Amino acid sequence: MQQAKSKKPPRVGDSPAVRRTLITVVLLFGALLVLAPLIVIGAQAFSEGVKVFAAAIAHPDTLHAILLTVVTALIAVPLNTAFGVAAAWSITKFDFPGRRFLLVVIEIPFSISPIVAGVAYLFVYGLQGLFGPLLGAYDIKILFALPGIILASMFVTAPFVARELIPLMQAQGRDLEEAATSLGASGWRTFFSVTLPNIRWAMLYGIILCNARVMGEFGAVSVVSGNIRGQTNTLPLHIELLYHDYQTTGAFAAASILTLIALVTIVAKVALERRGAGRRSRRPALVAPVSKIAEKTS
Amino acid sequence: MKRNVLPGLPLSLGVTLFYVGLIVVLPLAALVFKAASLGPQDYWAIISSPRAVASYRVTALSALAATVFNLFFGLALAWVLTRYRFPGWRFVDALVDLPFALPTAVAGIALTALFANNGWFGSLLAPLGIKVAYTPIGIMIAMCFTSLPFIVRTVQPVLEDLDPALEEAAQSLGGSDWAIFRKVILPLLTPALLAGLSLSFARSLGEFGAIIFIAGNKPMETEITALLVFIRLEEYDYQAAAAIASVLLITAFAMLALTNLLQARALRYTIRN
Repeated sequence: MQQAKSKKPPRVGDSPAVRRTLITVVLLFGALLVLAPLIVIGAQAFSEGVKVFAAAIAHPDTLHAILLTVVTALIAVPLNTAFGVAAAWSITKFDFPGRRFLLVVIEIPFSISPIVAGVAYLFVYGLQGLFGPLLGAYDIKILFALPGIILASMFVTAPFVARELIPLMQAQGRDLEEAATSLGASGWRTFFSVTLPNIRWAMLYGIILCNARVMGEFGAVSVVSGNIRGQTNTLPLHIELLYHDYQTTGAFAAASILTLIALVTIVAKVALERRGAGRRSRRPALVAPVSKIAEKTS
Repeated sequence: MKRNVLPGLPLSLGVTLFYVGLIVVLPLAALVFKAASLGPQDYWAIISSPRAVASYRVTALSALAATVFNLFFGLALAWVLTRYRFPGWRFVDALVDLPFALPTAVAGIALTALFANNGWFGSLLAPLGIKVAYTPIGIMIAMCFTSLPFIVRTVQPVLEDLDPALEEAAQSLGGSDWAIFRKVILPLLTPALLAGLSLSFARSLGEFGAIIFIAGNKPMETEITALLVFIRLEEYDYQAAAAIASVLLITAFAMLALTNLLQARALRYTIRN
């Protein structure tokens, strides 16, 4: 390492003093702002010992919150993935007017406060909303029930899979698929044997990020769920409830589960990045594909 | 024009439009419709009420402070992660994404536990007379946490792709490190920095979960706009909730347009170079 380094000419900021200062400052602030919260969650969760921690996790309300969170993810994430694939296929494999606009609309949920998303759903399915009277007449419950939680989660995560796939499939072009179909493969066969193998890591990358967000979503879900303990409380909402009940250990025990999921997500993300998914050079992908497509079409 | 031989346009586009329409466009349209049904006078009275204006002020100022902090810290972090190799850099690089992966409610209670008067940091700061939890500083720290990755992750790829020849040329002309950074490197980073700044600011304006635990939520002082919307809902004042939410929505669209512009420019800039 030392030798390899000494062969290269020193670059800007390579002097030992600058290097040491910058690394120290960055690590110090990083430890205070990012690492400390992570440690405090563990410390608080186990502050009264393993037994209290285990009892807090095993509490029926907590177990129910875990179950509800998992069920929400099991429904919202696959639907979202199907949407992401469909959106990427239509936008990258065909030219139709309004593609740019469609891309911008898909990205909208990223810019919107989760509270605004929740309120917006209230005005569609709530009693005061567009479909409220109709749903009431047929006694269909969407708000303050599982469907509302799923819909709100689908809103906040709508762009996750699509935005990983679109830049990738844009870069891969259409040649392989066109070759496959001209050789007589059906559309589905082309997708499963030609397209899918090329996009699977990027797709998984999007799915993992989407899942983490669905399981952790707080603002939008807190508006539409009604926070009914043991019924419509997802894990993040349950944390809030316990915290405001001064059951700090219970709140942090529940939080430690979500923290574990976040850490697993990060590890999976790093592993997938080694396989080329979510490459950093595509990182400003929030909007970059729009302008790329604009250049290609103009 | 070449005839497109690929199948699946009606199905994929149909699914896409149905999903986007049902999940994204319909709710937002319903919100706008609800806010618009108020009439200009009532609408203005709600969104310009002293409590609403106070919430805009505390939200915008905290978001601004958090974004400025992240400008320096994020830039330094991106620089250290691309330029230097030290034991554990991979760990630090992965940890940058924690604020994105960690649910906001979890971040909120963790930061509150740290900065409350009896917390690890709060107990150190209290004798100095600095109160963080339940003050606007707490709001700012929560925003710093949740928006940290934006600037790092927009600047990092540009820094990685920077041509060393540019620096070498400047060095051979006798420029000091600081002069080269300021006059050669910083201008190249500016488009990405601006895009990161606007993403970070927009995220801070809309943040809810991480803030409400640490903010104290006192009306006129530490009440953010997103929380005011929530409170109006709990009071069954749906019209006020719709009106104030529409202010957040309009701001979000303005920030989205700005980010679009900045990123398009950043991309053109990098392609040209």
